[in-house]
Amino acid sequence: MRKSIRSAAVAAVSLMAAGLPAGQVWAQEQTLNMGVGSPVTSLDPHYHQLSPNNAVSDMIFDKLVNTDAAARNIPGLAESWRAVGPTTWEFKLRPNVRFHNGNAFTAEDVVFTIQRLPNVPNSPSSYAAYARPIVRMEVVDPLTIRFHTAAPYPLMPLDMTNVRILDSETHANAATEDFNAGRAAIGTGPWRVVSHRNGDRIEFERNDAYWGDKPAFARVNYRMVTNDATRTASLLSGDLDFIDQVPTSDLARLRRDPNMALSETVGLRLIFLGLDHLRAANENSPFITDNEGRPLGRNPLQDVRVRRALSIAIDRKAIAERVMEGAATPSGQFLPPGTFSHVPDVAAPEYNPDQARRLLAEAGYPNGFRITLNSPNDRYINDSRIAQAVGQMWTRIGVRTAVEAQTWATFVGRAGRQEYSSHLIGWGSNPDGSHPLRNIIATVSRERGWGASNRGRYSNAEIDGILTQALVELDEEKREQMLIRAQRIAAEQVAVIPLHIQTNIWAMRRGLTHTPRVDELTRAQDVRPAAAR
Amino acid sequence: MSVYLLRRLIQAAGVVLAMSIIVFIGVFAIGDPVEILISPDADQIERERAVAALGLDLPLWQQYLVFLGKAVQGDLGRSFVFNEPALQLILQRMPATLELALAATVGAIIIGLPLGLYAGLKPNSLGSKAIMAGSILGFSLPTFWVGLMLIMIFAVQLGWLPSTGRGETRELLGLRWSFLTADGLSHLVMPALNLALFKISLVIRLTRAGVRETMLMDYVKFARAKGLSPFRVTFVHVFKNILIPVITVTGLEFGSTIAFSVVTESIFAWPGMGKLIIDSINVLDRPVIVAYLMIIVLMFITINLVVDLMYSVLDPRVRLDSK
Repeated sequence: MRKSIRSAAVAAVSLMAAGLPAGQVWAQEQTLNMGVGSPVTSLDPHYHQLSPNNAVSDMIFDKLVNTDAAARNIPGLAESWRAVGPTTWEFKLRPNVRFHNGNAFTAEDVVFTIQRLPNVPNSPSSYAAYARPIVRMEVVDPLTIRFHTAAPYPLMPLDMTNVRILDSETHANAATEDFNAGRAAIGTGPWRVVSHRNGDRIEFERNDAYWGDKPAFARVNYRMVTNDATRTASLLSGDLDFIDQVPTSDLARLRRDPNMALSETVGLRLIFLGLDHLRAANENSPFITDNEGRPLGRNPLQDVRVRRALSIAIDRKAIAERVMEGAATPSGQFLPPGTFSHVPDVAAPEYNPDQARRLLAEAGYPNGFRITLNSPNDRYINDSRIAQAVGQMWTRIGVRTAVEAQTWATFVGRAGRQEYSSHLIGWGSNPDGSHPLRNIIATVSRERGWGASNRGRYSNAEIDGILTQALVELDEEKREQMLIRAQRIAAEQVAVIPLHIQTNIWAMRRGLTHTPRVDELTRAQDVRPAAAR
Repeated sequence: MSVYLLRRLIQAAGVVLAMSIIVFIGVFAIGDPVEILISPDADQIERERAVAALGLDLPLWQQYLVFLGKAVQGDLGRSFVFNEPALQLILQRMPATLELALAATVGAIIIGLPLGLYAGLKPNSLGSKAIMAGSILGFSLPTFWVGLMLIMIFAVQLGWLPSTGRGETRELLGLRWSFLTADGLSHLVMPALNLALFKISLVIRLTRAGVRETMLMDYVKFARAKGLSPFRVTFVHVFKNILIPVITVTGLEFGSTIAFSVVTESIFAWPGMGKLIIDSINVLDRPVIVAYLMIIVLMFITINLVVDLMYSVLDPRVRLDSK
């Protein structure tokens, strides 16, 4: 603390010499005004699974396993973990950690937290799935806990990166409302909640007793500014120091502005096209007709040559550079390079319209057909514009494409009922191939909990088989190879048509630095004054 | 009089009922709230749990009856998103919206009346023509664009005013108001002006038309012939009479100002009901949408009633019991 005052004073003096009022510099050193584009709906860390909520939970609470900026597991409230048996995980907890109210953190708190996950009333999207594999918890000593599972469960550490730990004493009877009111928003994390106004702002102060790296700012004003243009304008006017979800249309301007800095990283969110695999080869797909608008009598998307043609007809580089203003990386798979189980030999499909026309002719569509590409228009960055670009590129190879964009609220329901022939959608992966495979590529199955977002109803027995093995393989290297194999098959078979992985972008006034996170979370502890580095 | 009031209240209840049915069917037709709220990797078991938790597993008509049963007891349901009573959520945000709407209305009268009066009294002067041309802009420029321009000019370029938010508030009568602090006031100016722009133009045009019409009336001519000062003629004889339409329209407009402050609130990140409703519509948070619309309907009915009553005070020819 003393050191930071001194460095702030030094900074103040040097800036005064540069002609800036000292008071302003001081205030800026102490309070960070952040503007985020998506509203936080709850301070209860187990109520609503939503990225903005997770970001704020990460500021107040801690997890057994934290993730670094590249989404790799690092020790959190657990100093180490290992599988001590095929169905037993042991976590060694960090000693001398205290909650904001002074209570000590022990294994009992972990037990309480896991038990609470499935029991949060009225939760619209709960964290219960992370508690389900655990059949029994065993407190070995106050700083050692074992989770027993029914079958080998390699994803335990990854699951634990989603579970924020509560205090068994403080939160014994805490309801979601108590968290939202700030009364119960008490964790072990780097920030304490000072006040919360739903959908407007959350005020934090630094937790000086934090066990990890201390945050650089004494206070944070975390404001929800949902309008894109306003958020940028507030940054330019100095009302905000830091914003997330920078609109691509403002990127060029912010890059030119000497008073602004950007921080960016390739994220984990893939934008892709889902295809109708539900209708058999001899059935009509709802939005596909022949060139005269009559039913085709068959579903061309069941032919892998057609799927491949549609994929290589897309000029991904043009979309990334023009539509996305460079804020995207063309991709042929879910995970970016450098992530666990990224497939090294699957590149983004090359743009090749001639080859695409040949493939179509081979498949029996020398004159193409007509298709409607459905897309949301308020969900992903530039979503409907990407769909329009794809539509034009498809039309160029003879697949005359109409693009229909609508609001997410309507779109997602219809996509989930398989009403579309082709749709544009996105997926934010956990950094593990099993996550997209299980949810998007795997055959829909209620018992296994697979295919939750498999809206095209793709199904491939070989992939399912590999995934089944991978989900119980505790050897990380073998597991990675299995996941790579399954993803390679999905890419070869064009289960979905990957387009690009979004770049996550934050903007800030000059003088701040930020560690950009692949998981899109906007957290105050990742922002520091540039000089303090 | 009491019969009249009673009839108005019964009408109100009917409108509210019809409206709640429309919203229920409307939200149902748009999409499934669970699809939007749930984490995309939630499996089928979790989805079923969420559907049941939000009470969406029943057929629509049963959901509606459950809602109606609770609504009669004053419980409009809990927000799907915030897990708080919908009514409470809205009432928390109401003061911010009311303050903004009041500031806009007062601003519209303070600015609009004198300009309209001037334009009516001196219709051929250059100033009047400029005012009338300006009022056309006020009518036709879209609010979101004007709002962004205001931010770009006064916050980004000139740095005079803060760009967004509500600023510091102070408590008065149990509610928090921003016009009581300098910081709050500076936050209020731009959104209020943005919201008032349309109304200023309206008041200008109404006032001008009223003045021009009234100036030709016999009683005004007589007052002038009697040798009264132009000041007294304008502010006693003319002014009183042109106020009637101005008050009617401003009153009715007040309702729509509150109801449709959505755009201004989201551009200026003003934490009012409008921002809440637009967020709620995006995620199909039905309890909040229903509760909000019910409040708005009740408010419109109340405002219309108040306007009718004020009308009868200002204009003795309008007698309520003759209705």
